[in-house]
Amino acid sequence: MDVILLQLLNGLDKGGAYALIALGLTLIFGTLGVVNFAHGALFMLGAFCAVTFNALLSLELVTTDPEKTTAWGTPLEIRTPYVEAYLGDFGHWILNYSVPVSILLAIPVMLLIGFIMERGLIKHFYNRAHADQILVTFGLAIVLQEIVKSIFGANPIPQAAPETVRGAADIGAALGFDPGVIVYPYWRMVYLAFAGAIIAAVFAFLQFTTFGMVVRAGMADRHTVGLLGINIERRFTIVFAIAAVVAGLAGVMYTPILPPDYHMGMDFLVLSFVVVVVGGMGSLPGAVAAGFLLGILQSFASMNEVKAILPGIDQIIIYLVAVVILLVRPRGLLGRKGVMES
Amino acid sequence: MSFIRKPLNRRSILRAGAMGGAALATPTIFTSRAWSAGYLNEPTGSEVVFGFNVPQTGAYADEGADELRAYQLAVKHINGEGDGGMLNTFSSKALQGGVNGKKVTYVTGDTQTKSDAARASAKRMIEKDGAIMITGGSSSGVAIAVQSLCQEAGVIFMAGLTHSNDTTGKDKRKNGFRHFFNTEMSGAALAPVLKNAFGTDRTAYHLTADYTWGWSQEGSIKKYTEGMGWKTAAAVRTPLGAGDFSQYITPVLNSGADVLVLNHYGKDMVNSLTQAVQFGLRDKQVNGKDFAIVVPLYSRLMAQGAGENVKGIFGSTNWHWSLQDEGSKAFVKSFGQEYGFPPSQAAHTTYCQALLYADAAQRAGTFDPCGIAAALEGFEFDGLGNGPTLYRADDHQCFKDVLVVKGKENPSSQFDVLEVVEVTPRAQVEYPADLLGGELGACNNGA
Repeated sequence: MDVILLQLLNGLDKGGAYALIALGLTLIFGTLGVVNFAHGALFMLGAFCAVTFNALLSLELVTTDPEKTTAWGTPLEIRTPYVEAYLGDFGHWILNYSVPVSILLAIPVMLLIGFIMERGLIKHFYNRAHADQILVTFGLAIVLQEIVKSIFGANPIPQAAPETVRGAADIGAALGFDPGVIVYPYWRMVYLAFAGAIIAAVFAFLQFTTFGMVVRAGMADRHTVGLLGINIERRFTIVFAIAAVVAGLAGVMYTPILPPDYHMGMDFLVLSFVVVVVGGMGSLPGAVAAGFLLGILQSFASMNEVKAILPGIDQIIIYLVAVVILLVRPRGLLGRKGVMES
Repeated sequence: MSFIRKPLNRRSILRAGAMGGAALATPTIFTSRAWSAGYLNEPTGSEVVFGFNVPQTGAYADEGADELRAYQLAVKHINGEGDGGMLNTFSSKALQGGVNGKKVTYVTGDTQTKSDAARASAKRMIEKDGAIMITGGSSSGVAIAVQSLCQEAGVIFMAGLTHSNDTTGKDKRKNGFRHFFNTEMSGAALAPVLKNAFGTDRTAYHLTADYTWGWSQEGSIKKYTEGMGWKTAAAVRTPLGAGDFSQYITPVLNSGADVLVLNHYGKDMVNSLTQAVQFGLRDKQVNGKDFAIVVPLYSRLMAQGAGENVKGIFGSTNWHWSLQDEGSKAFVKSFGQEYGFPPSQAAHTTYCQALLYADAAQRAGTFDPCGIAAALEGFEFDGLGNGPTLYRADDHQCFKDVLVVKGKENPSSQFDVLEVVEVTPRAQVEYPADLLGGELGACNNGA
């Protein structure tokens, strides 16, 4: 029982990341009709917003100690971050909270990146075949990935969660299990809550604002919306930028869980596409539901007891589910009738 | 129509015979010149080309970049330029600027940490660039694949980073040589330190990268820890580059294990260790003992990636820049002045391999792969760090002291993340040549 609860928690957490990326992908596909293979790169760029912000805050005041030398004969350098050197404890506090505070930096940066990407490239491919869109966005993802690698290197760059949420909670003890058998890191709980808040905010925005109503109408029938005299082009740009922000924020908050590296976007992208297909192309609730469902299934499939019966199942479970869903219900779990169906 | 315009006579037969004889002799003259030394890519001008095949992209790109820096420094020193680095401390004094009277140049290739890309790149360097040898590598899978290619082609392969037993065990080749240590030596060096730190009554849980190196390391660590009384709760294989390892780490919590052994390297190790610490494993008490994490293969670059999480965690390493022998000090000084930071173990092993190849060619007086192989087999040397070292003839594996290190509690700089807790003497990590299987086979010089 305790193992099942643990894997359920793990699955929710992984599902949160899948759901956030799939949500943005679906938003773009549903409104713009674009298959965006650069969406994983937006997740990665969000994570590197946190890395950049932390690096800027960690800029160091360098002094040398002439009494001591390095092993290669140069004077030993003493390095103190400027914020700590000049702001003392408050500077330390800012550095400590660099990951959550990075959200403030990530929002405008991701909006700008989304705007430039849509206006500069994506809009030219609205009326092109999906194969063209996939090729160009995949190429863009590789370019962005290589730029990040050339600046930050290939090694993962760990980002610390704030000290107050660094440990793990003994959830099992509270539920009557032996102490220590079900523990869950505080930061993963923060991430889960954050993912829930972002998903709720996107749904509220689409449900309760005029802009959201137009976007939903556009998702149902964008040509008719265009005929009504609504500047659908401008709204498309905004939708793309919002999707970029969602992916970027998911990336920022994920950095203490998985040290960011230039390849992290690609690692998540393929799985997120499977999530979108399973949930139903263009269905926002489908993307969220499938994200959590596949995260949990993947987590259970990696249990030793399951792998003892079905070796290697943890690596193929997601694709297996996708195959079954596509065979039985081509439109996906919550997809609109007619989408992906002949 | 007849081709015989004149009737045959004695003079025309003699003339035709002389021409035919000359024609027949011509290829022999050319062939005898071409095959005078009888090996592939024999350097004919004033330069000789080395092939540096390292990961310039992919998960081990940072290790590859350091390897390349070390190779470039080695070329400088072999050509008699710069401060000479470890050539000043190397026990062999054969090299005196260039090799066999030729200046060393080099070409580079990108292995991408993929066997097929690494083979294609090595093939290109041998066939197109005329590389006389190939050196480098980043993972055991890549090293074994390139070693096999070099054997088929007929050039020497001086392995870079590769820690699997198989490289000089079941997959060893007569044309391949390894300076780096292996998992058998890691197990032998690490077990006594783990025994002192954690006792003999422990239960270990292994998470293992699912390829040749992971299997090799898991096998060696199990062999030595079970030998001193530890039990193994489970050994779980994880896919390469899994990213999030949390679903593999959580079963450890209630498995009854009190030690987690992470048979992961590079990015995988950084992620799995970070997540194990996040799940509170380091603060956990099991069976009345403090839970322990072990990372059997450490590198300084990897430890930097894992940040604070490496503090107090034991592992083994081939070499570390804090060593105080004259060779290590000379290399750190030379590398540090050139690049502004200390070299990694990847840089050290590749620098040594370039020097050892050049020295063997100079001592053999040829670039013939079989002559160089003979000069390296059974070669004893000192002054390249790790104390007196033997290139064993039976399996082409170097035997030298192995370091056991621990994540430093109070690092003084970003490079000062590991501290050496034990220098395990060579005698303690040596094993019989037939222990790991495989056959060297015959030398191939590409003729």
